[in-house]
Amino acid sequence: MTTSPLKLVCPTPSLLNDRVQLGHGSGGKMSAALFRDHFLPAFANDALLRLGDGAVVNVGGVDVVVSTDTFVVSPLEFPGGNIGSLAVHGSLNDVAMMGARPVLLATGYVLEEGFSLETLDRIVRSMGDAARLAGVPIVAGDTKVVERGKADGLYINTTCVAVADAELSPSPERARAGDAVIISAPIGRHGMAIMAAREGLAFETTITSDSACLTGLVDRLRTERIDAHVLRDPTRGGVASALNEIAASSCVGIELDESELPVPDDVRAACEVLGLDPLYVANEGVLIAIVDERDAERALRALHAHPLGATARRIGRVTASHPRVVSLRTGLGGMRIVDLLPGDQLPRIC
Amino acid sequence: MKYLTEYRDAGIARSLIDRIKRTATRPWTLMEVCGGQTHTIVRQGLDELLEGAIEMIHGPGCPVCVTPLEQIDKALTLAARPDVIFTSFGDMLRVPGSDCDLQQVRARGGNVRVVYSPLDALDLARRNPDREVVFFAVGFETTAPANAMAVWRARELGVKNFSVLVSHVTVPPAISAIMESPDNRVQGFLAAGHVCAVMGWTEYELLAAKYRVPIVVTGFEPLDILEGMLMAVEQLEKRTHVVENQYVRSVRREGTPAARLRVEEVFELADRKWRGIGEIPMSGLKLRAEFSEYDAESKFGLGDIRVSEPVECHAGEVLTGKLKPPRCPAFGTRCTPERPLGALMVSAEGACAAYYHLAKYRDEPAETRAAS
Repeated sequence: MTTSPLKLVCPTPSLLNDRVQLGHGSGGKMSAALFRDHFLPAFANDALLRLGDGAVVNVGGVDVVVSTDTFVVSPLEFPGGNIGSLAVHGSLNDVAMMGARPVLLATGYVLEEGFSLETLDRIVRSMGDAARLAGVPIVAGDTKVVERGKADGLYINTTCVAVADAELSPSPERARAGDAVIISAPIGRHGMAIMAAREGLAFETTITSDSACLTGLVDRLRTERIDAHVLRDPTRGGVASALNEIAASSCVGIELDESELPVPDDVRAACEVLGLDPLYVANEGVLIAIVDERDAERALRALHAHPLGATARRIGRVTASHPRVVSLRTGLGGMRIVDLLPGDQLPRIC
Repeated sequence: MKYLTEYRDAGIARSLIDRIKRTATRPWTLMEVCGGQTHTIVRQGLDELLEGAIEMIHGPGCPVCVTPLEQIDKALTLAARPDVIFTSFGDMLRVPGSDCDLQQVRARGGNVRVVYSPLDALDLARRNPDREVVFFAVGFETTAPANAMAVWRARELGVKNFSVLVSHVTVPPAISAIMESPDNRVQGFLAAGHVCAVMGWTEYELLAAKYRVPIVVTGFEPLDILEGMLMAVEQLEKRTHVVENQYVRSVRREGTPAARLRVEEVFELADRKWRGIGEIPMSGLKLRAEFSEYDAESKFGLGDIRVSEPVECHAGEVLTGKLKPPRCPAFGTRCTPERPLGALMVSAEGACAAYYHLAKYRDEPAETRAAS
């Protein structure tokens, strides 16, 4: 092989990872490392250290849950929703996954100079509709405008304040060997709807985002007094990343049955074409519930009674073996690992 | 789903696995040539289901894995230029170059975009006449027709700000190199169905006869691969060595003549380096002289970039089946999916990444397996 003294260097010769990369926002290992290495040391406090979807703080004898989320989706409007409805659903779902009852929403907007007011109207109207439907008022807001080119149209931050429920306190550490893993709806719709709508991907599909508020589903479990050990909405990084985090937090294994995974035909087809795995594709209206095996049938009945959970089903079980590993029993009976992705899922060549 | 679920039927898969196990009187070592087949084998756990009957060696047919460091470094140099929009298939973005990868170049301000087709890159060039658009033309004979078409169209349309960084390799010379290596263990090949859909299999008839090795043109779905394995094992048991076609729904003996013609019109055979393996004579494609204005290497004067592979990455031995990834001294320690030394650790179908995850499942830390 040819060798020569010339050594090629990148434009900024320095440490391998000295800049923020897109993968840092993918919800995978890079996101976790970014938070752990760069944010946690600066902010360390008890509420934050629990690393939940939101923080629980005691205010005057009441356990208050606070969660914040920022939305930077492109395109801003997509089949099944827009950045506004997504921002409301996303924040409500974060607290719902902690079993809490949302009380109010506060919002912040970064607007790019030149952004269409007509589009803005459509987006904030759907925010209002989503909030009203969930019965949670948007009580505060802040806007900033940046110069053209300094933002991609519109970014939204939403913060949700909720009240914790002592009867329903799911947490990523509470999965136990023998528990059933239940999923409320078919997976992969949001991520593939976004990808299909995104400019430059020339394939046609009818996939719509599943973006929805999950508080109703959680209320069904609450009413039936089901002690959900873990609740999770598998957003960025999909079902695979959510279950990996749960497996790690609870120090258990999770075994999935491929034949039980609800993947809609159109999502599967789009994933096949693009070389993506639906297990890693984002959802915005799907609930994962991990419950004691004895409660599984009751939980399924409770979810089936709500339109968003009509097709809820079991997809796997929690195991004592292979702690911190999510595995998948394939349709052919083989076994494979469903690992955390290092960064973004990248489409394959072949 | 039509055309997919019927090739993933669990019942038929089980009966094929039984037939393979009944047919094999001894364990046979097969190589699947294509990374897409490796992907299916690993995802479905086929290797595990056939343990004892067939050992699969994952072949060099992953374009991501065999693109040499030198070409990656050239890509990084181009992507960092302010006047360039660098376009690539998605899975090339994380392949490590000497000092960084395309994602990191993008984070530093490089304009790097994922496209699904080289023709999309050509469109991008037409929409951005003030920028140079470069497409990273990697891959085997499968991607060659589309890449040839993009260059051909660019000339037809008179687009001047489009060029391709070519890193095309071809399968038959790699099969020869594997069969001629002194410690070769491969006894039969599953040839890559989509490569053959373009090129046909006449070249493979010569290889099967010369090396007395069965070659089965095989598809990518689980049942395709199991049927291909069964056909290869039946040949090995009968001591025959011919080319057979499992992938009859896509491949004909002569391939796709229109695609071959376009490839031959735009490209010619050339010596190519393979990552970890080294240079194999006449194993790749380069642009013909009449298309040289679309050659990014000459357009941007990259000919001087010469890089040697990191000595610690044993990709070549892994790609030729001589070294199992866990036996590599860097495996799981200095080489992980987050900080890969070579491309085999990058994508899920890379052999090193596959073993890395397997080690985790077997409750053994990768580090201790590497040391064992």
